[in-house]
Formats: sequence, structure tokens, C-alpha cells
Amino acid sequence: MSQVNPLHYNGGAVFAATGNQCVAIAADRRFGQAQLTLACDANRLFRVHDRLVLGLTGLATDCLTLAERVRMRTNLYRLGEKREPKPATISALVSALLYERRFAPYFVEPVIVGLSGDNKPYCCSMDLLGTPMETDEFVAAGTCAESLYGTGETFWRPGLDPEDLFEVTAQCMLAALDRDCLSGWGAVVYVLHSEGVTVRELKARMD
Amino acid sequence: MLLEQDFQGFSFDLFLRNQQLLRRWSNESKERIENVLAKPPRKTGTTIAGVLFAGGVVLGADTRATEGNVVADKNCSKIHYIASNIYCCGAGTAADTEATTQLIASQMELHRQAVDRDLVPVAAAMTRLKHYLFRYQGYISAALVLGGVDELNGPSLYTVYPHGSVDQLPYVSMGSGSLAAMAVFEARWHEALTEEEAKCLVYEAISAGIENDLGSGSNVDLCVVKNGGRAVDYLRGYAKENVRVYRKPTGHVFARGTTAVLAQELRKYVQVTRVVSDL
Amino acid sequence: MSHPDPGFVSMSFDSDTQRKIVSHQRTWSPYVDNGGTVLALAGRDYAIVAADTRLSVGFSIPSRNFTKIVQLTDQAVLASAGMGADRQYLHKILRSRLEIYRYQHQKEMSLGAIAQLLSNTLYSRRFFPIYAFNVLGGIDANTGEGFVFGYDAIGSFEKVKVVCSGSGQTLVQPVLDQQLAGRQKYDVPDDQRMASLSLAEAIELTRDVFNSAAERDILTGDALELYAVTASGVRCERFELRRD
Repeated sequence: MSQVNPLHYNGGAVFAATGNQCVAIAADRRFGQAQLTLACDANRLFRVHDRLVLGLTGLATDCLTLAERVRMRTNLYRLGEKREPKPATISALVSALLYERRFAPYFVEPVIVGLSGDNKPYCCSMDLLGTPMETDEFVAAGTCAESLYGTGETFWRPGLDPEDLFEVTAQCMLAALDRDCLSGWGAVVYVLHSEGVTVRELKARMD
Repeated sequence: MLLEQDFQGFSFDLFLRNQQLLRRWSNESKERIENVLAKPPRKTGTTIAGVLFAGGVVLGADTRATEGNVVADKNCSKIHYIASNIYCCGAGTAADTEATTQLIASQMELHRQAVDRDLVPVAAAMTRLKHYLFRYQGYISAALVLGGVDELNGPSLYTVYPHGSVDQLPYVSMGSGSLAAMAVFEARWHEALTEEEAKCLVYEAISAGIENDLGSGSNVDLCVVKNGGRAVDYLRGYAKENVRVYRKPTGHVFARGTTAVLAQELRKYVQVTRVVSDL
Repeated sequence: MSHPDPGFVSMSFDSDTQRKIVSHQRTWSPYVDNGGTVLALAGRDYAIVAADTRLSVGFSIPSRNFTKIVQLTDQAVLASAGMGADRQYLHKILRSRLEIYRYQHQKEMSLGAIAQLLSNTLYSRRFFPIYAFNVLGGIDANTGEGFVFGYDAIGSFEKVKVVCSGSGQTLVQPVLDQQLAGRQKYDVPDDQRMASLSLAEAIELTRDVFNSAAERDILTGDALELYAVTASGVRCERFELRRD
């Protein structure tokens, strides 16, 4: 598996899971250059608005470019519509931005989580060409996506409340990160619930 | 960068950059790099199929989307809307089937309004699809089963291949499980199928793909277009026979406080109660 | 011969064309990955060795009931993922070596000796390896304590508490780490993190992770074969998995 993959060059992983009236998204904090770790304060989670978070893994330059383009388009949307965009609207926007570059893609794998008006959780992942995959369970992206699918499939269950959802999301993430060389070095978990967003910085292995 | 609003069609402005990146990072020859560039990860390794019956057409699909050897989506929808009387199953790269069918669906709605009719002909959708795919020489990897009923030809069923060629047949299958599905059709199909028999046959064909092809799995979706194109039964989750067999009875419950937290912060939502000025 | 055969038309290409031709040649490979997941888990007085029974080639399933496990002695069970033919060959030579040992020494080979024998067998093929990824589980004949050994294809091995190999390895291993080694509970002292499961709990966990792997790994499925090794002997159980 020595094939060059720009998606794995800078490392990074994102995991998101839904709960009862809440949704959580976790990301690691490593920024690397192939096997070399350069920083452990990378930010892969971008706030779109209060109840909507965009997680981006892949080539760091493209993650930043895409995040900025989404920010601009969201601002234009706010100016035009005088309201915040719904999660599905941002999904459609990111999907369109990615598919436009079908033959020369941004090397990113986005994960979008949010709460709609009645606190209904929204959870969606995409591949680098922008295929949206909405789910009411969990999604994974990044260098240890396979491991995250394994942990999620075992530990996640429907109907979790915000506190339990945090524990499940954090344990799924940490277990997968510890078996991956290209992600890790700390992790952060956002839980979106009816009160607000709880942000937690996790204690993790720094290797 | 081009003005965002005026832009249409595919953008190739990252092409040279991507090629440079891959060339620098790999020792592979030029041809291989182009393959890597065009190589999309999420595929619908798929079984899709369709059958004509006297009063209409039945389309069927499995619901598994794969990323390499891993299942990315266990219940994705592969029967896409084209028009009120036309539906289309997609196999191949998920992004392409999704985007292509959406594009043609909007074109068909505009066409319907332009000709001021209730129903558009299935052949019109097929022609647009094949021209579009032919133009991209197979690089848009969408293998489609298109079915519907119209006033012109009655029930029609087509397969559209990624390079733009078309077949018109009474029973068709596509995707990685197409052989398993076609085996069922060749054994059981006959000319005087009733609606119920046709549904049963498509269900069995898709089931054969789900069982015997690793790229296909999970549930069977069916879509029946009938009654001159004025009635559609979209049967999402027609059969759900593949479910998890066992789960640990007690579940995995993590006591609160299991995870060590370094810092915690609650960011409360801002409530806007009154807007003083729009500016 | 000092001069070329006149009947032979010699063809020469520039290096670029040559590379092109070479790159379009299909190379023959002696190895096929037949998929599947194997797992071994050790407890205080037992060991579990488990594997699914699917044999796959590409996207097709030639067999839904192809065992990956061999019982070597009353104390040792071996499971191998990788290529079906190589697995059968490896299991066969190991069984015959053990048979010879029995005749020569009038006793069963110990678990530690089997572990070393497997390593030697694999390393003897260092430059044309047997394409099998092994996990060996069993109990110590004297103490009754469970042990598990994990291998690479050419004989490097390690004694561990739990190990997983094959197509579902990346999905299953983090779950086992979390459940058994408690590696994610960083604030808890070491001696409290290591979970000790009873045999029944370990079987539950094994079934659970194999069902998880069957959900997400397309090469794992059909049925789960589970060998439980205890002082009272080897017990084999079989459970259904997803078949799609």
C-alpha cells in the first residue's frame, strides 16, 4: 500500500456520531508531513454557525482553502437570505464545491454535523468528489477511517444523551488513534446539544 | 480564481498542481499518475436491475456503498429520481451517478415545462444521458439502468454505459453483481410477467447480487412505474434481510468520566430576540 | 554462438517505449488474498481462537464454509488468515511435524515449543514466504494459564494477551485494545486498566467484534468458528454471521 495518497500526507482523522437531540464530532490534532510530525495543535473542525460544524481531513492546504470558501459562501448566504443555513444546505454547498473539481479534486474528506431547528441531529460525510452520505448513526474520515468504523460499529448505539455520546465518541476516537501513526497527538470533541456546544480537549497519547 | 457566480462546468485549475504533487511523491510513470488522479474512492460496487411488464417497469437496487474493502454506507439509495414518470438506478462512482442523474433530472423538468406536457418521454432522458456521458469519453463512470413509462412508447427500459452506449432490453442488470442478477433473469424471466411477478423477479435478482457479490449488500430497494407513468411505488427497503446477527447483550457502556479531559468549555448559543437594524 | 541467428528478427526500442511496454505487461503473482479475519485472546485460565469461514477471491465467494483454524494439540489451536492454499499447506506440515514429535518423544509438544516451531517454519521460507498471517492460542500444560502469539508472514512473533489478523484487523484491533488493555483510560493506574474477562465474557466480546467486522468489512462474514481452550480440553462453537 505504498501508493501515493495526498489524502494521507498531512494525517488526521475525524469521527462524528449522533445521539438523542445531540450530535458529536471528534478530531485529532496532529499536523504532519508523511511520517514526520510538525505540530500537535492542528484544527480540523470549523464552525460554520452556532449549530453547525464542518470537519475536514486530508491535504491541509485544501482543507483551509475549502473552509475559507465555505465561510465566504455562508456569509453570502446570510446576506442574501437573512438567516442561518440549514445543515443540508451546507452539505449541498460543499458537495457542489467538490464535484465541480471532479477531475482535479481538492484532497479533502469533509464531515458535516449540525442541529436543525428542533435539535434534530444531522450527520453527513463525503468523499473527495463530494458524494454526500447522510446517516443517523456515525461517520468516519481520515487516515484511520477503517479503525473508526470498527470502533463505532462496536461501541456506538442509538439514543445516547450528550454526556454518554461524549464518552462513546471519545473512546471510539482514542482507540482508533492509538493504532494509527498518521493521526493522534491529542484530540478534541465537540458535542452539539440543546444548551450549546461543549468543547472538550482530550488527554491522549502523544506519539 | 474565476468569479464564483459566473462559473459553470468542471474546473481543472488544480489539475497541474495535483499532477505535480503526485509526480513529486511517487516514482510511478506518467500514465499511472493520471489513473491515480482520476481514481475516486467511494464506489457503489453494486447490483442494479430492471424488468418490463405489461403495464410498466420495475427497477431494483441494493444499498451498499464501499470504499475499498470497507462499507461506507450500509443503506444508501441508488434509485434516483429523473422525472415523475422516470427513475434511474446508478452503479459506478457514487459522485458521478448522483451528479449525473441530478443534472439530467433538472434538464428534464425544464424540458417538461418547455414542451408544456405532464410527462416527458423516457427516450429523451436516455438521449440526454448518453450524449452527456459520451462527451466525457467514459471518464464520468456512471453505469445506469433507466426505466419509466410515457405516452409515446409505453413502458421503456434502457441501460446506459459509462462511454455513452445504450441497450434497450426487456430485462437488464448492471454493476459488479450484474452477473448474479442476470443469472436469475435468464433462469426465470418470461414474456407475460405480471406486476407482482416482475417485482418478485427483480427482488430475487438483486438478492442474488447481494448474496454472491461482495460489492453489493444490505437491503433491496424497488421502484415500480406504472399506470401510464402516473403511478409510482417507490419501495425503499422492500426487503431487509441482512441485519447484524448478534450484539453483546449488555452493550458497551462507558461510565461517565472514563475519558480523561484536559479542558472543557460550554459555548452557549446566542439567542437573537430582537433585530434593531438590518445593517 | 558468436553471431545472432539470422532467422531471428531483433527488435530494439528506445528506453521510453520499452518502459511503456513493460508497464503494460501483466506480471504473474504467486499470491492471492482470500480475505477473512482471525483472532486470539488469552485469559487467566483459557484461550480463545476464532475466525470467520468466508473464502473470497476478488468480489466473489467461492466458499462460505472454509475453516481457517486447526487444532494442533489439546492445548494449542492455530488460526491463519491470508491465502487459502498456503494456509492448508502450512497447517498440514505443522500437523505432520507434531505427529513425528509425538512418536519421538511420547508426549505432546508444549505451547511455547509450537510457537517457536511455527516461527522456524515460516522463516525457513524467508525469501518465498508462506502467505499466511497466523495467530496461535493455547494454555500452558502445567499452569493452565492462557497465552497467545501473533505472527507476521515470515516468522517474527510476539507473546501477547490479544491479537487479530487478516482483512478485519484494522477494524477489530482498536476495539480489543480498548476492551482488554484499557489503553484509552489514561488516568487509571496500570493494574486497574487491564481487564480480566471470564470465558463467557470473552466469548461474548469475540462474537461482538466479529459481527462488527462483518458489518463493515466486505471480506469477513458467513460464520464464526470459535475454539475455546481450557484445562478440560478444546471446545469448538459455531455462530452465524452476515452473509452479504
